[in-house]
Amino acid sequence: MGKPIKVRRGLNIPLKGDAEKQIIDVSPGKLYALKPTDFHGIRPKVVAKPDTAVKVGTSVYYDKFHPEVQFCSPVSGIVKEIVRGEKRKLLEIIIESDGKQEPETYEISDYQKSESVDIIKTLLQTGFWPMISQRPYGVIADPETKPDFVFVSTFDSAPLAPDFNFILENMQEELEGGMKVLYKITGKEINLGLNAKVENALFENLPHTIINRFEGPHPAGNVGTQINAIRPINKGEICWTVNIQNLAMIGRLFLTKQINFSRTIALTGSESAQTGYVKVLPGQSAKEILNSRLSQDNVRVISGNPLTGKQIDKDGYLSFQENQICVIPEGDYYELFGWLMPGFKKFSFSRAYFSWLMPGKKYRLDTNYHGGERAYVLTGEYEKVCPLDIYPQQLIKACMIKDIDKMEQLGIYEVIEEDMALCEFVCTSKTEVQSVLRESLDMLRKEMS
Amino acid sequence: MSKLRRTVDKIKPHFQKGGKFEKLHSTFDAFETMLFVSNHTTKSGAHIRDAMDMKRTMLVVIIALVPSLLFGIYNTGHQHFLAMGENPEFWPAVWYGLLKVLPIIIVSYVVGLAIEFTFAQIRGHEVNEGFLVSGFLIPLIMPADVPLWMVAVATAFAVIIGKEVFGGTGMNILNPALTARAFLFFAYPAWMSGDKVWIGGMVDGQTLDAFSGATPLAQAAAGNTGFSLGNGAGIDTMDMIIGNIPGSIGETSKIAILIGAAILIITRVGSLRIMLSMLAGGISMGLILNAFAVNPFMEIPWWEHLLIGSFLFGMVFMATDPVTASQTAKGKVIYGFLVGFLAILIRVLNPAYPEGTMLAILLMNVFAPLIDHYVVQGNIKKRMKRLKTT
Repeated sequence: MGKPIKVRRGLNIPLKGDAEKQIIDVSPGKLYALKPTDFHGIRPKVVAKPDTAVKVGTSVYYDKFHPEVQFCSPVSGIVKEIVRGEKRKLLEIIIESDGKQEPETYEISDYQKSESVDIIKTLLQTGFWPMISQRPYGVIADPETKPDFVFVSTFDSAPLAPDFNFILENMQEELEGGMKVLYKITGKEINLGLNAKVENALFENLPHTIINRFEGPHPAGNVGTQINAIRPINKGEICWTVNIQNLAMIGRLFLTKQINFSRTIALTGSESAQTGYVKVLPGQSAKEILNSRLSQDNVRVISGNPLTGKQIDKDGYLSFQENQICVIPEGDYYELFGWLMPGFKKFSFSRAYFSWLMPGKKYRLDTNYHGGERAYVLTGEYEKVCPLDIYPQQLIKACMIKDIDKMEQLGIYEVIEEDMALCEFVCTSKTEVQSVLRESLDMLRKEMS
Repeated sequence: MSKLRRTVDKIKPHFQKGGKFEKLHSTFDAFETMLFVSNHTTKSGAHIRDAMDMKRTMLVVIIALVPSLLFGIYNTGHQHFLAMGENPEFWPAVWYGLLKVLPIIIVSYVVGLAIEFTFAQIRGHEVNEGFLVSGFLIPLIMPADVPLWMVAVATAFAVIIGKEVFGGTGMNILNPALTARAFLFFAYPAWMSGDKVWIGGMVDGQTLDAFSGATPLAQAAAGNTGFSLGNGAGIDTMDMIIGNIPGSIGETSKIAILIGAAILIITRVGSLRIMLSMLAGGISMGLILNAFAVNPFMEIPWWEHLLIGSFLFGMVFMATDPVTASQTAKGKVIYGFLVGFLAILIRVLNPAYPEGTMLAILLMNVFAPLIDHYVVQGNIKKRMKRLKTT
């Protein structure tokens, strides 16, 4: 067991509303939605027609660029509606569940004996393939290429993050299976990132792994931080990453030979009267989950964590692979002389508000910007919360002026949005770091293909 | 509060697109956001944001400057009455200082903000808060007896040529406050470097004829290192620390400056890195000069350099300006060290411009992007090397 790698730069945002370690039962609900917007860089093409029946695992849409990558229904039932936005952009495909959960009868290959091609075929057919991501760009892995290396993080350090030791408590076998599958299809040992501060009996003895331990503030648990510390991605290299719960689900698929998308996510946030863990299906309506559990009405519901998650309506649908749903207050109020006040209830990475005198305090943060967007004035803020060996502010500036050479030189291939989410949080000039970065990543991907 | 909010909401439509005063949108916005932190909520990316914004940042710097201002006001009166041959009393000194300093502050703010608002209006931008600090700094680095019209001209020059032509706050290359000071220094050298301008009322001949208003720095430059006030009383180290010596309004009291430094460091608004490295640079040059001393100025002990002139004020409030300093952590260390190093070098070895701090900071402002370039290039090279070896 090597020495843990210390992540020195970063920030834990002390939010109220951590998930209690309890399973909350929620009724599954009737409506489910598949959202192509959960994925970057795909062009969705719908195959399901309204009012036709689907089973668990029936293909609903696919990616035009990679027709073999299927996106499948998590439930059995009837396709109810196809929601399109501006320019006919496909937003949601809504499926009404019949409650029977009848699965498609694909032949699921034996992962111990079959070739990697067959395993990949099963993953593609069942709609499990999109659970494997690829860097650079943070997109769905390309089934036709092999990665240069593979990384999996076993813990999440983001604010209000779920505890995978709790979620995956009884899934040791599934994890082992998932690891073997991943090893088989990639032919690479998997770099597994462990939290050095907790007991890791669940993850320590998984097959085909190279274990690294990390300690320190967020983003220590981000796979991007771990990649950068162990084996930074060079231009032209490909790294696959899989969320640890996705990996267990993949393992379950091959062990049980049953298509089952169910996952456990954390219900968190200061405005959630009851917090805990819920068993859900991807695309499930948030209505039943939040039902009577909100402590007030003017809230923002986030599928994912407060730094990188997506805003959804109170009766909106969960994203495909987020591990938490979080409810925080909206910040749509005016505050008289807010910038002049001592600010005991305001959280800041700087010490410009007196709240810094109360370490350990937890905050009920809302969605207010706390100021207007400005040109960059302060410097060195991003560096203090970004442990990666890059110059984040210089990189973002290169992205702003769309200078591809500069972006490459400054290491854009090593990051995706979540790696720079903290920079966006602390930014005094209120720059939209994540969307600036995403725009450039998309542009770069287009240019390079 | 809600009543005030209602009033603002009522007049707001007039300033928005299609309203009667559409052209004054930026101005309205500036006042509205000064009254109320806006109700804008996050649309993309992180849903929660740090409570820190530009207004708060500038407020912290202003608070850090207040001790220097207060002492400056008192000291202006104190020096005035000393030069009159009177025994200065506290309240009359404060009153005189207030009458002298307040108009300078008003002129600096009115001229600067008028230009800022105009430019924001023309560009259709929100008004930037940057000048709130620059407008406060300019009076503090002026000599007490500077004519108000000079302050106005210098401020206008600094804001337009020093900042707005580059694109406004955040885009400027030179520190605006120091640009104002440098402008006066080179445009009106007779005024700005004489012995009279440092003491209120001296230029108008209100003071004793025989009284010299030379600052310790000017005395040192003249080879006289046993510092004294105009009335012949000696200036000891304690006087220079407390600050009851002639000099620019805000620079004399080292205690007040250090209080400001503490505020900047604790709140993490000012860069400790730059301050410490500049200190190290100044001390190094001081030691070198001591080692090769051939004249009285070079013999001044290294630590005394930190107390005379504006070295400390420049270190805490000018060199740390994030826009014009180096931006990378390593760059800040190099930048700070060179500012300190050059400040003392220019001060001692260039008899024409004894105020080395101002020139050193401005010079390094110009070189800061170059320093950053090489620091960032180091990171890029590392990446290239990695690419080659794999």
